[in-house]
Amino acid sequence: MKSPLRHACGAPPPRTGDELVVFTDRIANAVRLTALSPAAVAKGLTPNLTLADARARFPELVAIERDHAAEADLLARIVAGLARYTPMATSQPRDGAMLDISGCAHPFGDERGLARDLAGRLKAGGVTARLGLGDTPEMARARARFGALEGDILALPVEALEADAATTTALRRAGLKTIADLACRPRRMLAARFGDLALRLGRLLGEEDRRITPERALPPIFALRRFAEPIGRVEDALACLEDLLGQAAVSLLDRHAGGRRFIARLFRSDGAVPLLSVETGRPVRDPAIVMRLFRERLEALSDPIDPGFGFDCVRLDVPATEPLAPAQTGLEETRDPAEPLAQLIDRLAARLGPHSIRRAVPLNSHLPECAAMLAPPGEPGAWRRPTDPDPPARPLRLLDPPARVDVTYGLPMGPPRRFVWKGQAHEVARWEGPERIAAEWWRRSIAADIWRRRDAEDHNLPLPPGAGGLTRDYYRVEDADGHRFWLFRHGLQAEKGRPGWYLHGLFA
Amino acid sequence: MSESRALTAGRSPAFSLPSPAESPLRRPLGVAGLDAALGGGIARGRVHEVYAGAAGEGPSAAGFALMLALKAGGAQGHIVWLGPRETLPHGPGLAELGFAVEHILFVSVTGEKALLKAAADIVRSPAAGTLVVDAAAAAKAIGLTESRRLTLFAERSGVTALVLRGHGGQVPSSAETRWLVTAAPSTPIEMEAPGGPAFAVDLVRRRGGPPSPGWRLEWDRETGAFTPLPGAVPADTGVRQLAG
Repeated sequence: MKSPLRHACGAPPPRTGDELVVFTDRIANAVRLTALSPAAVAKGLTPNLTLADARARFPELVAIERDHAAEADLLARIVAGLARYTPMATSQPRDGAMLDISGCAHPFGDERGLARDLAGRLKAGGVTARLGLGDTPEMARARARFGALEGDILALPVEALEADAATTTALRRAGLKTIADLACRPRRMLAARFGDLALRLGRLLGEEDRRITPERALPPIFALRRFAEPIGRVEDALACLEDLLGQAAVSLLDRHAGGRRFIARLFRSDGAVPLLSVETGRPVRDPAIVMRLFRERLEALSDPIDPGFGFDCVRLDVPATEPLAPAQTGLEETRDPAEPLAQLIDRLAARLGPHSIRRAVPLNSHLPECAAMLAPPGEPGAWRRPTDPDPPARPLRLLDPPARVDVTYGLPMGPPRRFVWKGQAHEVARWEGPERIAAEWWRRSIAADIWRRRDAEDHNLPLPPGAGGLTRDYYRVEDADGHRFWLFRHGLQAEKGRPGWYLHGLFA
Repeated sequence: MSESRALTAGRSPAFSLPSPAESPLRRPLGVAGLDAALGGGIARGRVHEVYAGAAGEGPSAAGFALMLALKAGGAQGHIVWLGPRETLPHGPGLAELGFAVEHILFVSVTGEKALLKAAADIVRSPAAGTLVVDAAAAAKAIGLTESRRLTLFAERSGVTALVLRGHGGQVPSSAETRWLVTAAPSTPIEMEAPGGPAFAVDLVRRRGGPPSPGWRLEWDRETGAFTPLPGAVPADTGVRQLAG
């Protein structure tokens, strides 16, 4: 843990230690200071000051935007490290940690010894920390934030109750400035006037104890079965795997999670470990569904699993899980209508590979070959459906790459009269066009010679057409037999001397 | 004998599947005469075959099969297209024909064996809705046995399967209907421009009914229905003034 705070906050390494470093947040459309370095506090800067005001006072201010995700990350790492003192450790957002050290202090002598050790460790890690000890979590928190390690709790200001701002202000206005002022008053009166303040006070004074919930990393979900004797049939191993899936399903249900990836390992007695892995499109728990996927996967293997001298052990891992609420199957069959299709997709993906199942998603491009993309089936994509009675403007089948065709035309920039494709001549009976589709010059790098040409001509012309690609003139044509084609001329006369013709698509 | 009885008893859960409907649900195509010839419309939960009339008629046959799928499955039904990667339909083209492209799933396979297996898998799952199998390149792979299997699965699951065959000779099959599709000259729109999709369709075979050849149909994307093509229009001879 090498100076994680600095890593987390992205601050430069300290040079002298007295730069005015402040961290800022955007609050209600104003950039305000939310965390300050000791030097900045010493200069009189306070949190909640706007950055503009702070800069006006100290132009040399180093302002860094707060990265809350990185801070939470760091805090989680610190809390994980605190597990060396007690298993009951939890984070207190956004910058605190709470440890229940009941019965954990004896290796360090007493609680003070533990606190000393903890402070030293945090300091070595580059973390500035304030510690507080207390009989209840609230008491420890108040001491750490508003007092000293074991300071007098009654001397703390009323802010230590951490009630909302209005309550604190009201208390101050009433002349109640410290906890001692409140502690001697009847609780019932406080409760009548300030609601939960009496409860907070009770907890702070250690009259009422509330346990903390420790943070513990969830153990990975797996199930394992060893056999006394190696089993020689793959079928038996699969039956065992189904059993393990049932066990895993119970653990998954406990966590309200479903598996996205399942890995089965069959440990062969000679050391080989064949591995089967399946993935699902949505979290699942049902052993039957996963088992079916495993069987699909097994069938799709080019060479089947060889049991050799038998399997010693079968292990199932669920490395990827996602939340999945427990569902109650009622007497009436009310099933999610989307579920069977998702299952079908998973099954096909297990057999054919995930790249074989696709949905078409529209893309924002005029170029026909870039107008759609084949995406994973979960990908949403809204297609605009035409509502006018015009004939389709885009072909049912797009040729990729376009096929070169020989075209006879009347005028150089006119429509095609006749074209030959795959050795077969088609007379154009009807046509429509051109639909001019220019190259997306904003996407391509612009050829240097075009700029040179522009400079040489010494004209302040706009970018010539065809910069970064040729313009295409598309024609929708129908031949005498009724076949409908999509042809284009690649390039304007200005761009290319003899533009070529291509067949880009076939209409239904 | 006892063994077979035991097997039957053991397999009894299989009979909890929906039993094949004696008379399938039929969805009308929108052309009165053709619907009458079909006995009410295109049958759901059956296999239908679409042959291309000639070598270059692949797109027309594919388009017609997709339109049949849309009629059989309804506007919001799922369509699964299964076929080789090279001949997958173009998304914008489908949208232009009036399809809800977000409800179409493309499954690409290589090889005849994989195609057959995947087709059987999809037809068995009621979730698929309607399946279009592009078997134009695998015309020989789907024989009588394979088509009977698909029919059995389709009857159980209620999935309508449309099998696209190439333009080769017709092979025996257990399909409900068999169509022969070629492109037809379209009804020209203004400026003598080519119109919407138009087909010359022969219903060459129908189970339990006479064939009905010689239909000329047009696809109206606005209503998502077939309409009879008005009488043959003489094609433009090509002598025209250049527009603009």
